[in-house]
Amino acid sequence: MGLDIRLPIGGLFTLLGLLLAGYGWHSDPALYKHSLGINVNLRWGLVMLAFGIIMMLLGRRGGGITNAVEHQKIHGAVNSNPERK
Amino acid sequence: MNLTSIDWIIMLVYLVFVLGIGFMLKRRVKTSADFFQAGRAIPGWVCGLAFISANLGAQEVIGMAASGAKYGIATSHFYWVGAIPAMVFVGIFMMPFYYGSRARSVPEYLRLRYDEKTRGLNAISFAIMTIFSSGISMYAMARLIQTLHILDAPFRSMSIPTEWIFHVSIVFSALFVLGYILFGGLSSAIYNEVLQFFLIVAGFLPLVWLGLKNVGGWHGLSQKLPAGYTHSWVGMANPHTNLLGVEWFGLVMGLGFVLSFGYWCTDFLVIQRAMAANSMSAARRTPIIAAIPKMLFPFLVILPGLIAIALPNVGTASLGTSSTISRSASDEGKGLIPAKLDEHTGHALLDHDGKPVLDYDLAIPSMLLHYFPTGLLGLGLTALLASFMSGMAGNVTAFNTVWTYDIYQSYIRPKASDAHYLFMGRFATVFGIALSVVAAYAATRFNNIMDMLQLVFAFVNAPLFATFLLGMFWKGATGHGAFFGLISGTLAAAFHHGLTLPAGAGPGIKGGWLGSVLHNYPSEMAQNFWTAIWAWTTCFVVTILISLFTRSREEKDLVGLVYSLTQRPSEEDVPWYKRPVVLGVVVIALTVMLNLVFW
Repeated sequence: MGLDIRLPIGGLFTLLGLLLAGYGWHSDPALYKHSLGINVNLRWGLVMLAFGIIMMLLGRRGGGITNAVEHQKIHGAVNSNPERK
Repeated sequence: MNLTSIDWIIMLVYLVFVLGIGFMLKRRVKTSADFFQAGRAIPGWVCGLAFISANLGAQEVIGMAASGAKYGIATSHFYWVGAIPAMVFVGIFMMPFYYGSRARSVPEYLRLRYDEKTRGLNAISFAIMTIFSSGISMYAMARLIQTLHILDAPFRSMSIPTEWIFHVSIVFSALFVLGYILFGGLSSAIYNEVLQFFLIVAGFLPLVWLGLKNVGGWHGLSQKLPAGYTHSWVGMANPHTNLLGVEWFGLVMGLGFVLSFGYWCTDFLVIQRAMAANSMSAARRTPIIAAIPKMLFPFLVILPGLIAIALPNVGTASLGTSSTISRSASDEGKGLIPAKLDEHTGHALLDHDGKPVLDYDLAIPSMLLHYFPTGLLGLGLTALLASFMSGMAGNVTAFNTVWTYDIYQSYIRPKASDAHYLFMGRFATVFGIALSVVAAYAATRFNNIMDMLQLVFAFVNAPLFATFLLGMFWKGATGHGAFFGLISGTLAAAFHHGLTLPAGAGPGIKGGWLGSVLHNYPSEMAQNFWTAIWAWTTCFVVTILISLFTRSREEKDLVGLVYSLTQRPSEEDVPWYKRPVVLGVVVIALTVMLNLVFW
């Protein structure tokens, strides 16, 4: 379908990661009383940011994978009609 | 609940991305095949994640945590005995017929294999079911938004009466799902389901991490809970020695075989995702790829329930401060789980023994509120909303396809142009969602009617797998056999339910409504499983008997539809690690290991 879903997923996670981590960086430590004293906004924001960047990189480098998909499509079309043998 | 601007920004970003994907896909939708089948051009891993995400509705996230709190880790049977074997089976054995026959829907496969009446029966019952499921999802979401007081503060600041929250939630979710499906059809639904999948994981994973850290890991958790909570198989020999109230045979046959295979192998809601794959090999891989995250879901959705019940009573600290749930109810709850409140008096509801009835459905929301600070809380709530929406969208896309191809094109206007069917698909999306809204309001007015409908659906679904199994693997099965087999299976389910009762219930919606009670089950779950077993067996036997006396179709008409007459799909050009059988064996081996670890 042309659109590589990894790009929007990567974009969303990068943006949400930046938002969370940025917020966590500035927030008051008292906020984390219930989350066992851990600044979960900062930590989880960084994890999401890393995931988002990896997804974007995979999506952008996706040329090789797209080719593989095209390859499968051609062969799949042959396979998918076993009854027309 | 105190949400701050960061929480709202996170929700807003998510909503913009979802609509953006739908909009980007809009110009790619040119034919009805693009709209209903995503042009059969989606890679296997995307279909795989959409396959589980479509099923990852609210029932799963909220319901599995609730069962976790109620029954403990034995809830994992729904995954490690139920879903996984069925998903591997549909990928390896059944997908060649669904995908290879070029049927555009599951009911259409039934027409190709059997006859028109069998298709009609399945199409109509399925269409009604999807509307009600999507309506129930919508209703549950609006109720949750109300219970958690998510929108109270913004509504007050805009001086809109808070009684409108329910209506605004329903209308907003309807318009939102409508927006992204109307544009991009099935591909939009699938791509968004993948996005939702990652978001749901991102929203709940920190919850499990914090919760486990708090209770001292799995070891600490098992010390805080009664032994039955942390073992899935111990005590399954007898229904009275385990929390589910089921013995192993009923569990394996009823849940593992009849119900799970009936759902994962025949429900068009999930099968549609695999049928959109870009090749036969990818279509067969779809459910098996889906099985890999699926087998890890118990840790994501069941564990929070166990943690919620294991914590000391701290309900007042989390929910009470924001006056979400009244103080008395929190005090009478257990762990983080509050007691159910009487709608009129505001006091906790009590059961026969005078103990408060726990509102297990609040396990996940209470956990979110307890552990997440503002910021992460916005993410967690977004994940929760995403799960409701993916469930709704899945039902809506399945509905518009079955309506357009199997009902409209078959019985109302057979020979229209492709553009007309594309228009009809979009139109069906609009009225499908409108009907879901009606169903959501019906649920608020007549709670019993909803319970009854779900019961009827269970009766209709239970025998289905017998029809497909015989259709795919026995060339002698006939259309008359299938049709009357299905009907007698449904009747058998109704009779069985009407003549039995689970422990502690009176005749009525729980069973025994046929006057006499022939058998008492130790639990409602046991009764459900055995109802399914009876329905399946009846359908299986009746279909075989009638088929033997009716004329089966000629073999040349069944090529590609029945196992013995179809060439096996060749996997030679697919690398070994992508072959369905290899993946399937790996998935089954891992599932057996998980069963042993949590024995």
